[in-house]
Amino acid sequence: MALTDPSTLTVGEPETMRDAPKRPQSRGRTILRKVLATKRARIGGGVLLFIILWAFIGPLLSPWSFTDQDGLAFSQPPSLSHWFGTNNIGQDVYAQTLVGLQKSIVIGLIVGPGAAIIAGLVGAIAGYVGGVWDKAIVWLIDLLLVIPGFFLLVLLSPAFKSLSWLALVVFLVLFGWMVLARVIRGQTMSLREREYVKAARFMGVPGFTIIRRHIIPNVASLLIIDATLGIGAAILSETTLSFFGFGVQAPDVSLGTLLAAGASAAVTRPWLFVFPAAILVITVLASSLLGDALRDAIDPTSGANRD
Amino acid sequence: MTDPQATAPLLKVDDLSVTFPNAGTPVHAVRGVSYEVRRGEFLGIVGESGSGKSVSSMAVMGLLPTNAQVSGSIRYDGVELLGQSDKELSKIRGRDIAMIFQDPLSALTPVYTIGQQIAEGLRLHDSALSQRAAETRAVELLKIVGIPNAERRAKSFPHEFSGGMRQRAMIAIAIANDPQLIIADEPTTALDVTIQAQILEVLQKAKDITGAAVVLITHDLGVVAGNADRVAVMYAGRIVETAPVVPLFREPLMPYTIGLLRSMPNMAANQQERLVPLEGRPPLLTTVPTGCPFAPRCPIAVAACLEGEPALLPVLDGPVEDPTTSVDHTAACIRAGEIADGSLRRPEIFPRPDEVPEELVAEVAPETVLDVRDLTRAFPLTKGVVFRRNIGTVRAVDGVSFSVQRGRTLGLVGESGCGKTTTIMEILELARTQGGSIHVNGVDTATLSKPDRRKLRSDIQVVFQDPMASLDPRMTIEDIIGEPLTVHGVSPTEIRSRVGAMLELVGLEPSFAGRYPHEFSGGQRQRIGIARALVVEPKILVLDEPVSALDVSVQAGVINLLEDLKQRLGLSYLFVAHDLAVVRHIADDVAVMYLGRIVEYGPSATIFDDPKHPYTQALLSAVPVPDPEIERSRQRILLNGDLPSPSDDRVGCSFRSRCPLFQLLPAEKQAVCERDDPRERPVDGRLVACHHAESDRLVTA
Amino acid sequence: MIGFIARRLVNYLFLSAIATMLGYVLVSMTLQPSARFLGKNPPIPQSSIDAALDKMGVNPKVPLLERLWDWVTQLVTTGSLGVSTRGTQVTADIFERSGTSLRLLVIGTILGAVIGVALGVWGAVRQYRASDQIITYASFTILAMPVFVIGVVLMILATSLNQAVGTNVINFTGEYTAGLQGGFWTQFGDRAMHLLLPTITLTVGAVASYSRYQRSAMLDVMSADYIRTARSKGRTRGSAIIRHGVRVALIPMSTFFAYSFGLILTGASVTENVFSWHGMGEYLLTSVSNSDINAAAGTILFTSILVLIAGTLSDVIYAALDPRVRV
Repeated sequence: MALTDPSTLTVGEPETMRDAPKRPQSRGRTILRKVLATKRARIGGGVLLFIILWAFIGPLLSPWSFTDQDGLAFSQPPSLSHWFGTNNIGQDVYAQTLVGLQKSIVIGLIVGPGAAIIAGLVGAIAGYVGGVWDKAIVWLIDLLLVIPGFFLLVLLSPAFKSLSWLALVVFLVLFGWMVLARVIRGQTMSLREREYVKAARFMGVPGFTIIRRHIIPNVASLLIIDATLGIGAAILSETTLSFFGFGVQAPDVSLGTLLAAGASAAVTRPWLFVFPAAILVITVLASSLLGDALRDAIDPTSGANRD
Repeated sequence: MTDPQATAPLLKVDDLSVTFPNAGTPVHAVRGVSYEVRRGEFLGIVGESGSGKSVSSMAVMGLLPTNAQVSGSIRYDGVELLGQSDKELSKIRGRDIAMIFQDPLSALTPVYTIGQQIAEGLRLHDSALSQRAAETRAVELLKIVGIPNAERRAKSFPHEFSGGMRQRAMIAIAIANDPQLIIADEPTTALDVTIQAQILEVLQKAKDITGAAVVLITHDLGVVAGNADRVAVMYAGRIVETAPVVPLFREPLMPYTIGLLRSMPNMAANQQERLVPLEGRPPLLTTVPTGCPFAPRCPIAVAACLEGEPALLPVLDGPVEDPTTSVDHTAACIRAGEIADGSLRRPEIFPRPDEVPEELVAEVAPETVLDVRDLTRAFPLTKGVVFRRNIGTVRAVDGVSFSVQRGRTLGLVGESGCGKTTTIMEILELARTQGGSIHVNGVDTATLSKPDRRKLRSDIQVVFQDPMASLDPRMTIEDIIGEPLTVHGVSPTEIRSRVGAMLELVGLEPSFAGRYPHEFSGGQRQRIGIARALVVEPKILVLDEPVSALDVSVQAGVINLLEDLKQRLGLSYLFVAHDLAVVRHIADDVAVMYLGRIVEYGPSATIFDDPKHPYTQALLSAVPVPDPEIERSRQRILLNGDLPSPSDDRVGCSFRSRCPLFQLLPAEKQAVCERDDPRERPVDGRLVACHHAESDRLVTA
Repeated sequence: MIGFIARRLVNYLFLSAIATMLGYVLVSMTLQPSARFLGKNPPIPQSSIDAALDKMGVNPKVPLLERLWDWVTQLVTTGSLGVSTRGTQVTADIFERSGTSLRLLVIGTILGAVIGVALGVWGAVRQYRASDQIITYASFTILAMPVFVIGVVLMILATSLNQAVGTNVINFTGEYTAGLQGGFWTQFGDRAMHLLLPTITLTVGAVASYSRYQRSAMLDVMSADYIRTARSKGRTRGSAIIRHGVRVALIPMSTFFAYSFGLILTGASVTENVFSWHGMGEYLLTSVSNSDINAAAGTILFTSILVLIAGTLSDVIYAALDPRVRV
């Protein structure tokens, strides 16, 4: 037991005390409080929330919509009328950035948690059931991990190019769950040997009920962490793909397509590149900070709880 | 008549306090501790978890975390240690003061060989020593601590050693530079009891060779009784009593010590009595206590006890025949004088609880509730990550037979690797066995259909060892206790009322049902586990080391509870433990296991009073008894070496490699042991698996 | 130890082979090589199309499994990966381009690992102090930037620098300046100059992720009992952490190396494309744009061989570092 671990120094109450029943403190509530206390969580969560709201409400604040072309202002640097400047056909960069942001955020919010859910199910089943199923799933995961996800998505892009961006979302989820599934599997395997799981087995609780009642809630914390971190990771993947023309296709706009358009002119007209890039980085950074703060609060093996 | 040794203590700790800031809520782990260690003395520091015993020793070595706030004075050989830099202290560590830690596996670096780690200790304090010379000396040290094949072993890595061997290596590291003071922090807590006996002997040998003083920190009063010259008892961050070892055990003066001694199951004491429980828990040390920290739990506390913490003062009792003894005996209790002069009698301070009154004892008809015949269970030993291949089998359970009667307790004892846990797991599966049969309530488990099995599960339930891990941290107590009922389709309202009844039965408030496990102490959690097991009204309770993870003062309460429940509800227990004192107390029958076999089986009084199998004799002689006179006069039977690997193929008796009796036998009798596998046979009212059980007795005391 | 590595190697070979074959099947299904020939005026006769496709071995009229079999046997017997849509031998293309990619990959990996590990150890030892905070937040920010953003930003900065100074201080397009006259050292200097920005682009992300992981591993180790034992023998805290801690904390790095290799490979491909390097990364993207099945399949083979090497290397390092595995 750690020297600094106050849980070894227990509360001074007699065993069979009678006291006013306190409100039960569920672990979730305790953790939430711990998380919100850290600066990282407040900054990360706050910024993320702000960006999400801004992406959808922000366009309403600007007089320009993203398809408008202002004939009087081609390739203008940021000004009072065009906050982020304009591109070579007079489109307002602010409006375009926000529309791109909307798409990227939606993709991130679907793919992050989506991949986490799949990883949770596959990992928990593999870890709990064991045996042949486990070996098969592990082998399948290893197989999927041989070729990097980016390569696979590039190679598969003709398949979803003609479909809507939702197909891209599906593919991102398909290739994003593997590493987390391995972690969940490891966690499940150690949970399976935990005494309360053994106790449930010996009570006669059926296997799937055990997974549902005991395993999943106890790996849920890992899933939440990775769902949050996954938002950022998904946005990065999608942006990179779209940059090279393999992700979101015209007429849809994402931050990646904007960056692609702006990269060639980046030297002479930096505002076309810098604004979308900065917003992209801020969004991903916010989700990383929040995810990291969650990890420190929930995962006892992370760095925050040590000397 | 002053003793020259007494004038210059080797280590003098004065008013030591250690506080950990801990993110806003400071923890006062050590509060004003003062003690002395004289040259060549053996001091035992005893305390439970949270008493501050380890922290105060870490402070002496200067090994506390950097954020710890330390104040007071620690003088070693006249030199003040507090306030010295890490560099200066590191010159003293390993040379003048050495330390032995609790868990040898994690205490040794996994990537360096044992020899390298010992040599490191040598070379750090003698820069002139060459690597070759240091390694040679390392091998010598390994021989001194009794490691066979020392040259080869020095090149092994820590994970290739057994627990006992690793601890010997730790002792070798500690004595490498002939220290003056050795601090041993729970050195045997993680070891089996026969290995513990070996290690304590090595520690004594180390002390004799180096002439060092030893400070042994432990929670086990038995270990202290057998080895220490003086004892200090710690509670809530302070020393509450110090005395030479005999007066401490004979005439303890601080109520905590009295309670502790009376709550420990003692192999030599009367088995029919209940243990004396200590209610409550030690205080949380985030606030400095205003009164005596033991007052909430103390049966003789008065108003004055809450006004200020009692100082540790010498207690002078009436007769002054031996002035040094009484001056040496200090206690932190304002009523210590009353205890010393006899006006407060110890048995009255902590009276024994009564047994269950006759009329509440359940009537049970004698029947066999559990019968196990020739049970075997083997595991394949595989190597390789991708293509596994079998390189042998581990015969974890190798032909075990016993039965449990209604209303009686069978204790299954043995050390790690004997197969007792595997045995009960096999029983709990309620399935077809690899070999042999299991009958629960007369029903053969191999013949069960799935619905039958589910029904039978309500007859046999389990309580696990670790109270932290046996309750799902995300469920409320009500859900946890009610879970077995969900399997049998009981309605939620019914569940709620039964949960309430269960909580009362185990001595907890029914209003606790809405809380979560982390809000409870270890002892309370174990009671919850018991409540969960009993909610379906089983006939048999299987208990896997139910009290070994609890503090000593808490164990008594849980053991008493188990006894009461057994009598009230007519339960049968299958009790697995390695703590023989507990087993002796609670079990009616005992089966001793070694390497997957039962070596001795019979009524517990018969076996404990007169063990016939050499292993049982060695086991019983190794258990420390908290009575210094008995401990010091006992003849200890030490087993050689370590447990052989359970996957080895053995011809003849599997115990002979370590059997003390085997060493003494003439050649033709030895041949029988080498040739024939002993089967259990009746000898003197119990079953023994030894060819020569009638031979000379090895246990003398 | 050899046995442990050999067994893992066999497993990797198996996985790589299956992954490559599945990859071939995948690209054969998604890429349409005949698209190039359609929509032309005058329309190209079907027979010509078929002939061209057959020459490359990608005619969709031939059953997929047969095409797969042909491709595999061709590879195993002749070592050829077929013909690309531009008429070149795919194997020749790969040989030309792999040097480019490997240069970037190896330098990026080694620099990233070494600097990352050092920063991670440093950050852990100085946990929560200023230097650790800076490293941590810088890592977070870098990891929030896609590789291409880092590359483009560096290009912008380099161009501004060039303009401010007046001459081309930093060249970054391509691997070298075409048509440069001069001796060995001039050429070497020129290549090194062109290598500068792409290396920074790739390395900075690798450093960030290695340092985060190593920091976490170091923190685990620093609170370990054997550090305390080393100190109790007489080592100062710093010396105990370096001698006992770092050595053990490096063990998980070997598995991280295998895991992060895929990410570095991706990063290298993106970097190549941003800086117009003619390496395998570019080859991948152009093969898809050209619907070139053979080129795409060749890229997959190349990738899985690299992953196999990385995995085996990681096993070797792991076994070298951790004696517990060598049983």
